[in-house]
Amino acid sequence: MEQTLLSAEGLSGLIFLALVAVTVIGALVAVAAQRLVRGIAGLSLCFIGVAGLYYFLNSPFVAMMEMLIYVGAVCVAIAFAIMLAEPRSEDKVGKTSGLGAVFGVIVGGLAFLGLALADKHTHWAGAPSKLNSGSLTEVGKALLTSYSLVFELISLVLLVAIIGALVLAQSGRDK
Amino acid sequence: MLALSSQLNTYLFLAAFLFAAGLYGLVQRRSLIGMLISGELVLSGASVNLMAFNHFLAPDPTVGQIFTLFIMGIAAAEAAIALSIIIAVYRNYQTIDAEDLHDLQG
Repeated sequence: MEQTLLSAEGLSGLIFLALVAVTVIGALVAVAAQRLVRGIAGLSLCFIGVAGLYYFLNSPFVAMMEMLIYVGAVCVAIAFAIMLAEPRSEDKVGKTSGLGAVFGVIVGGLAFLGLALADKHTHWAGAPSKLNSGSLTEVGKALLTSYSLVFELISLVLLVAIIGALVLAQSGRDK
Repeated sequence: MLALSSQLNTYLFLAAFLFAAGLYGLVQRRSLIGMLISGELVLSGASVNLMAFNHFLAPDPTVGQIFTLFIMGIAAAEAAIALSIIIAVYRNYQTIDAEDLHDLQG
């Protein structure tokens, strides 16, 4: 199937490749950067790429929530924590042990190889027909009917998390 | 090459890469916040996986989206708790390096 670069499919393919590159580079920066601030910048880059992938997977709402929650809230919260608690990185650079990196490469490489081989050697059988279009309307209906209990539970979990975070951050405040 | 976005394997390989990068970071990072960042990468690999299966294979394409939304909620709660624990640890020990936190070692 030959596609010209300037057709709509070709352009969307290029954008997809760019998103994949952004995701991969962001993930590498997030785990390999010496300073944590650069790591969190890489993490938000990676999340932006993942949000683009969700758009390609036909779910723009999840892509928007990814931008809103991960890039907008989680990354910013982690950035604040880094500003509050990052050690001076100059005296850290010499202290990184090579052993951890070697073990990390072994563990990560084995996990990637295993998962990739499992992907490659499995024949994925698709569903014969789709029940619905997977649009935002259908998602909303399912959230308030089939998944209403989980919906309630997750709001409870978030409430408990907020209270717990406040209590944890409160203790030892006067030190 | 330009038709990669319509193949399931592309997303699965990418998700495996994100998961493996997160594992590498979890093993290699020494600071607690670095480990938290790597954990977020692992979670996002899982989310990409679910969304890919949801789009290509699932009979009901809302299930994966809802699952991913719930993962986001859990991840936000986890990040909030973990960050406040890290701040509390920093107040008590003046460090967030995992190897300097000796008090809980057996």
